[in-house]
Amino acid sequence: MNNPYLPVKAKIINVKPQTEIDYTFRLETAIKVASGQFFEVSIPNVGEAPISVSDFGDDWIEMTIRNVGKLTNVIHKLKPGSHLFIRGPYGNGFPIQQMSDKDLIIAVGGTGLAPVKSILSQYCKKTIHLKSLTLLTGFKSPADILFREEIEEWRKEFCVELTVDKDDTKNWTGNIGLITGLISKVSISDITNTQVITVGPPIMMKFSVIEFLNRKIAKENIWVSFERKMCCGIGKCGHCKIDNTYICLDGPVFNYYVAQNLID
Amino acid sequence: MGYSFNISTFNNVLRELSADYIIYAPVKIFNKGVFSDTDLVTYGQIKTLEDIEFEEKSHFSSKEIFFPITQTLFYFTEDAFSLPKISPKKIIIFCRPCDANGIQRLDQIFLKNGDLMDNYYNELRKKVHLFVLECKYSFDTCFCVSMGANKVDRYSAFIRRAGDTVLCDVSVDFEDRFSKYGTYVNMTPVFIESNDIKVDIPEKIPKSIFYHKLWDEYSERCIACGRCNVVCPTCSCFTMQDIFYEDNPYCGERRRVWASCMIDGFTDMAGGNSFRKNKGERMRFRLLHKIHDFKQKFGSNHHMCVGCGRCSDVCPENISFTACIQKLNQAVQSSDQRGLKS
Ligand SMILES: Cc1cc2nc3c(=O)[nH]c(=O)nc-3n(C[C@H](O)[C@H](O)[C@H](O)COP(=O)(O)OP(=O)(O)OC[C@H]3O[C@@H](n4cnc5c(N)ncnc54)[C@H](O)[C@@H]3O)c2cc1C
Ligand code: SF4
Ligand code: SF4
Ligand code: FES
Repeated sequence: MNNPYLPVKAKIINVKPQTEIDYTFRLETAIKVASGQFFEVSIPNVGEAPISVSDFGDDWIEMTIRNVGKLTNVIHKLKPGSHLFIRGPYGNGFPIQQMSDKDLIIAVGGTGLAPVKSILSQYCKKTIHLKSLTLLTGFKSPADILFREEIEEWRKEFCVELTVDKDDTKNWTGNIGLITGLISKVSISDITNTQVITVGPPIMMKFSVIEFLNRKIAKENIWVSFERKMCCGIGKCGHCKIDNTYICLDGPVFNYYVAQNLID
Repeated sequence: MGYSFNISTFNNVLRELSADYIIYAPVKIFNKGVFSDTDLVTYGQIKTLEDIEFEEKSHFSSKEIFFPITQTLFYFTEDAFSLPKISPKKIIIFCRPCDANGIQRLDQIFLKNGDLMDNYYNELRKKVHLFVLECKYSFDTCFCVSMGANKVDRYSAFIRRAGDTVLCDVSVDFEDRFSKYGTYVNMTPVFIESNDIKVDIPEKIPKSIFYHKLWDEYSERCIACGRCNVVCPTCSCFTMQDIFYEDNPYCGERRRVWASCMIDGFTDMAGGNSFRKNKGERMRFRLLHKIHDFKQKFGSNHHMCVGCGRCSDVCPENISFTACIQKLNQAVQSSDQRGLKS
């Protein structure tokens, strides 16, 4: 019988450090995924954790993994040629197809950039269509910036605004301040046709949503992605449940109209 | 079809069944109770009718028979996975109606929540045949009638013990086994129709109730021991755990172990975020899962809780689940919503 808990082996074909603690791993696999979905990633003997897909192609997926603990410590030591074990993809992903004739504003904090990155690269490759795309992205400090090279490429294709909470280097010439500052200034030309995606730490998402609501974006046009403890990804382990909603099955992406009523 | 036995003829049936089935029933273990100087009533393997505890309610449910406390999902060596072997024998569980209904609640989560079926649960579960024990009386903390879990309509056998006589209503699958030793009688199952404890479950739960002060009491009283989850026939949560063997660190196994939403760490995420830090919030989460969320999500006719009362029985802080339901109901019914904190 089909065993959803049994992972498959996937070869690491590239490892790219983004910051000291965030590395992007490219895995060889033909599994088809959608932006915003995640995998349960594991190393036998060590453990398993949910990780978002940060980008994908026909025969590869990428995951950008922050070194924070037991499993991610070990993953960070892996070199190209070694393997990770994966099962998935799980979750719903972003409703990008419904946004083809809309202006899309994406506001992300820190590693929240990872789950939306594939939307940005597909837009550049013209494999998805939008009326316009704007990326607002915030990092703690210049040292925490992810996807530096890609950001420069993206700037050629769509509007990118980047800010850091604080600058210790003294040679940062860009924006300083919270992402909500960018949201309050972003140009919105057609309010009813603007869609918003926001991903990041819970506190960042909370204040970003408030700011978008201040800008008169309707709740129905705002999408958020939740992170919860997840041990199974398939609606069995119970860890991700909020009220009658299983984040792994019904999410992790939610329309804010629904998300506003999810109380842990 | 109904059959009557004496103890020795019933034991003949059990003996024959044990060739193909592992047979479990409530058993009493002397002086091993949760509280000191008490006996433990739990599910164990039995050989004869005399092994079965008919008088007392078991402290634990039967779920660990098909949803083990610790279950190996697979073994790994350096380069391969292998699956654990399971006994070819089928399983009979003698249990009361509440536990039989509890199994259906677990089926919903493991087999029907989401598109993927839990194969480990399914493999053991499909071996299980239920021999339902008739409840002669309702115990102190039972409220199965309020939960609609006092009756079962599908069972392999329904068992009534009256002194040295055992009466059984048997399904066609087991007819041969029972007819061989029993004498034909008319037997109609009787179910408990009323409990001392009755609860009123509010149909609609306004979100404002999440912030009601009624939960604060539990932040004070509950010690987050998780016993209420362990004994519950319908608690299904688990956590993954990888272990490696000391003599060969490249070999090990991935397991799942029961998890408890009342215990610290249930929602902990890397990076330090966690949810429901107060025990009152956990009580709210557990209670609403049992008497609201499940029914709402699955659109079923019944709640998750089957009213067995075990969570109240086992709580070292004497927290009564039914008293909490009543407080919730009062809070929901009181139109002025007195006590709302924000
Ligand atoms: C849908 C989803 C998508 C995700 N996507 C990504 C992604 O794209 N990239 C990514 O890097 N992460 C992602 N995560 C988060 C990722 O799952 C976690 O970072 C991962 O589980 C960490 O596993 P670990 O074994 O390395 O850490 P663990 O060892 O499990 O945890 C380490 C951290 O947890 C905390 N911790 C652990 N134990 C304790 C304790 N006893 N007391 C207090 N604190 C403790 C500490 O803060 C510590 O730093 C995602 C999570 C979800 C739910
Ligand atoms: S009474 Fe308590 S232990 Fe029994 S089913 Fe309900 S919640 Fe679970
Ligand atoms: S058994 Fe009682 S004290 Fe222990 S977690 Fe449950 S409610 Fe809290
Ligand atoms: S991750 Fe296990 S139920 Fe959602």
